[in-house]
Formats: sequence, C-alpha cells, structure tokens
Amino acid sequence: MMKNGGTAPAIAVRDLKVVRGGRTVIPGLDVTVGRGQVVGLLGPSGCGKTTLMRSIVGVQQVAGGTVEVFGQPAGCAPLRSRIGYVTQDPSVYDDLTVAENLRYFATVVGVRRRDLDAEVERVIAQVVLGDHAKARVDRLSGGQRSRVSLAAALVGTPELLVLDEPTVGLDPVLRRDLWTIFRRLADDGVTLLVSSHVMDEASRCDRLLLMRAGVVLADDTLPGVLESTGQQDVESAFLTLVDRAAAAGHRDPHDTLESSFEREAR
Amino acid sequence: MSPRLTLATAGRVLRQVRHDPRTIALLVVVPCILIGLLAWIYDNTPVFDQLGAPLLGIFPFIVMFLVTSVATLRERQSGTLERLLAMPLGKGDLIGGYAVAFGLLAAVQALVAAGFAVYVLGLDVAGSAWLLVVVAVVDAVLGTALGLFVSAFARSEFQAVQFLPAFILPQFLLCGLLTPRENLPGVLNAVSDALPLSYAVDAMRAVTVETDATGDVLRDVLWVLCFVVAALALGAGTLRRRTP
Repeated sequence: MMKNGGTAPAIAVRDLKVVRGGRTVIPGLDVTVGRGQVVGLLGPSGCGKTTLMRSIVGVQQVAGGTVEVFGQPAGCAPLRSRIGYVTQDPSVYDDLTVAENLRYFATVVGVRRRDLDAEVERVIAQVVLGDHAKARVDRLSGGQRSRVSLAAALVGTPELLVLDEPTVGLDPVLRRDLWTIFRRLADDGVTLLVSSHVMDEASRCDRLLLMRAGVVLADDTLPGVLESTGQQDVESAFLTLVDRAAAAGHRDPHDTLESSFEREAR
Repeated sequence: MSPRLTLATAGRVLRQVRHDPRTIALLVVVPCILIGLLAWIYDNTPVFDQLGAPLLGIFPFIVMFLVTSVATLRERQSGTLERLLAMPLGKGDLIGGYAVAFGLLAAVQALVAAGFAVYVLGLDVAGSAWLLVVVAVVDAVLGTALGLFVSAFARSEFQAVQFLPAFILPQFLLCGLLTPRENLPGVLNAVSDALPLSYAVDAMRAVTVETDATGDVLRDVLWVLCFVVAALALGAGTLRRRTP
C-alpha cells in the first residue's frame, strides 16, 4: 500500500486555520493520523468536521497552516488518485445506473479499460449492492444511494479514505456491515478518517478525534479518553472535555483551547 | 488534459441523456416544429428563404445553451463536480467532455432540422446544403460553450434560466436578423461585431445567398470557433478545485 512518501504519516495537519463566510471555523488545528488506522472524527453538527475533511482532501480554501497527506501537500495532483472522498450527501449521478456511475469514476482514477469490469464488480460486491448493479441510482433508497457514493470512492483502491458521516440514516444491520468493511480495508493497510455525530460509533475506531467549535478536544484511543476523563461512555467524556476546555479557555484567552486542555491533562 | 478522460466524460454525459428519451425527442423535434411553423407563417412569400437559414442556426444555439447550463448546474449542485475535482480529472477534460457530448447531440439536431427545412419545407439554399449543416453544428457548439461558461455564474436554476434573456436575447437582437448589421447605429454595429452570434448568422446567410460561399462561410465559422475556444477556456478557468 505504501507507494511513496514511505514513512510519513497518512495525515499531518499543522496550525490549520479556515475562515468561511467571514467566520473562523477552524482557529488553528494540529492533528496527525498514522497509517492503517480507523480514526473516528466525532463531534456535534457544525463543529468543523466537514471543513477539516475538505481541507485534508484539498478542496477547501484554507486561511493558514499546512495540511500534508502521505508527506505531500493536500490537494496536489499526485494525491488525487490516492484519496477516496465521500461527501455527506451522496454525490453520484442519479440518472445513471450503479454500474455506469462506478465505471466512469473508475476510469477517472485511472483503472485500465480491461480491468474496468472487474473493478466495478469488486466495489459493488464490497458495498453489497450486487442485486442493484443495473438499477438507476434515482430508483434506489437513501441508504443504497449512499453506498453507491461510498463505492465510487473505493474504485482504484485509494490508500486514504475520508468518509463524511457514511452511516447516517442507515439501519443498524447496514451500519454494522459498513464498519466491517471499514475494518477489513484498514487490515489491508488503508487509512480511514470517518466522521460521525453518533458517539456510540466510537467503539469501532482505533483512535478518536473529539472535536468541538473547530478545536480538537481529544486525540486518543477510546479507553484513553474514558480514563483521562473518568467517565464510562464517550458522550459523558465529551461533555467533561467541553467543560474543561471552557474553563481553561477563560483563564488563558490567547491560547487555543486545545493546547490549554492538553497542558491541563498532562 | 487527456483524450481518454475527455471521451469518458463525454460518454458519461451521453449515457445520462440516453436515460432521458423525452429530452432527446424534444431536442430533435422542437427545432423542426419551429422551422415548420415559420415556413407556414411566410407561405408564398420570399421571407422564409431569408429567415429560414439564420434561424436554423439560432434554434440549436439557444437550445444547446439552455441544456448545457442546466446540466452543468446540476453537476455542481449534486456534489459530483466537487468529487470529480478531488479526483485526477483535468478541468479541460470535464469542459471538453461536455462540449464533445453536446456537440454530437447538436450535430444530430442540426442534421434533422436542416434536412427537414431543405427537403420537406423546400428551403432555397444557393450554396451547398451540407455547409448549412456544418454551420448549424458550429452554432450549436457555440451555444454549448457559452452555456458552460455562463453556468459558472449561476447559483440556482432560477438564475441559470434568466441567463437566456440576459446573454442570448441581446445577441439575437443585434445579430442582423431584425435589421442588417450595417444599418445599425454605429455603436450598436460595433457591439454586434464583438458578439459571437453575429458571425454565426453571417455564416448562415452567406450559405443561402452566395452560390460559392465557402470562403466567406469559413471565415465566419473560424470566428465562431474562436469564440467557442475562448468560452471553453474561460469556462475551465472558472472551475475551482478549492472552494470557500
């Protein structure tokens, strides 16, 4: 899986600042994600998860800082075939069939013509849509549609998958199946950054990034987060972290919440 | 830009249209009905022979402009544009793919409409009929190119549709169809020299009135193609991989 940029982390974000519509969405964020992990990006709606993901994929205008993926600046041309990105709303062509969609996206990421059929078949099987290959996307249910969107990101075997709320609105069985797919991909060496506002998905992740108001409150494993906060579940841990950060923020308004929190935690 | 990705994009756009047979029927039938209506209105007068050919260029131009601006707006709103621009697809591949796909549709439309006008309605063409088709296709491609460019500025379907009166009607008024361009007031004449549809209509007129029109037609067609290339380049330039 490691083509180049040998030992560089999958994602390295330093002092990222993003301003959208005159509002600072991310005030200065640092985060590093190692390779081959499933990293959960958890936080309430509007906390900057999507903005951070867009910055990593390289489609977000940033106001400062650096974002590197596999040691290369985010958004640079060589990275575009190594990252699979799934937006929150399914972004596929409603008026094409599942197979036609995937065939096109596979061609775009550089799958050779003679391998196209096999590749399309492979990703359709991966998201368990075998019965619907010839169905038009606008005839599918919402959950099926988002799986087509996921499949479109899986073509060409990207090394990093950035998935924005891929399990939202899915039934529990499907959610479990998707997490099984994510785990299998990670076992193959793929790095996954998966956002969710459902805190109970935390148990599926190797590592958690808890985010609020554009700031990473915690970057730890689930047991680590629970231990440092003395809580039994992620939701309570999250609330404890928010309270601590708010308290720290009051004492030292010039410092970022995150670094204040980290100092206190140590 | 890569020919493979441009063609793959064109194929994808055509596949989308193929799933929508009513749109194909409208694309092919509507210009014929309009031309037929015109011939009927001016039955037994020389007017149809004067207006028929220019309108044969203008109808596909307008239809392609509309279809293209709506198609690209849909691409933006469905999120597929963002996905594609995060993938290894050149901006030129996307714009070029649309131009090729709609250019092909336009060719079918122009062939049917021109054939209908010449062979069924008896449109009198001094030059050769195939030149009529060539110019009609070029006019339609011009509509596609302008539609691609203009759709970059539309944030909603309402705006996209408004661009028709805003961008196309002034060109229609000044293209020489209502009054010969040389009879326009000086300023308007100069303005019409800078508008692409003027050359499209000049070319169509040359085909109908001159027996050996090839030279004049080629010059006007070259002008139109320059506008096409400029609009496509500007259209590609307005695509941003990074958005706010």
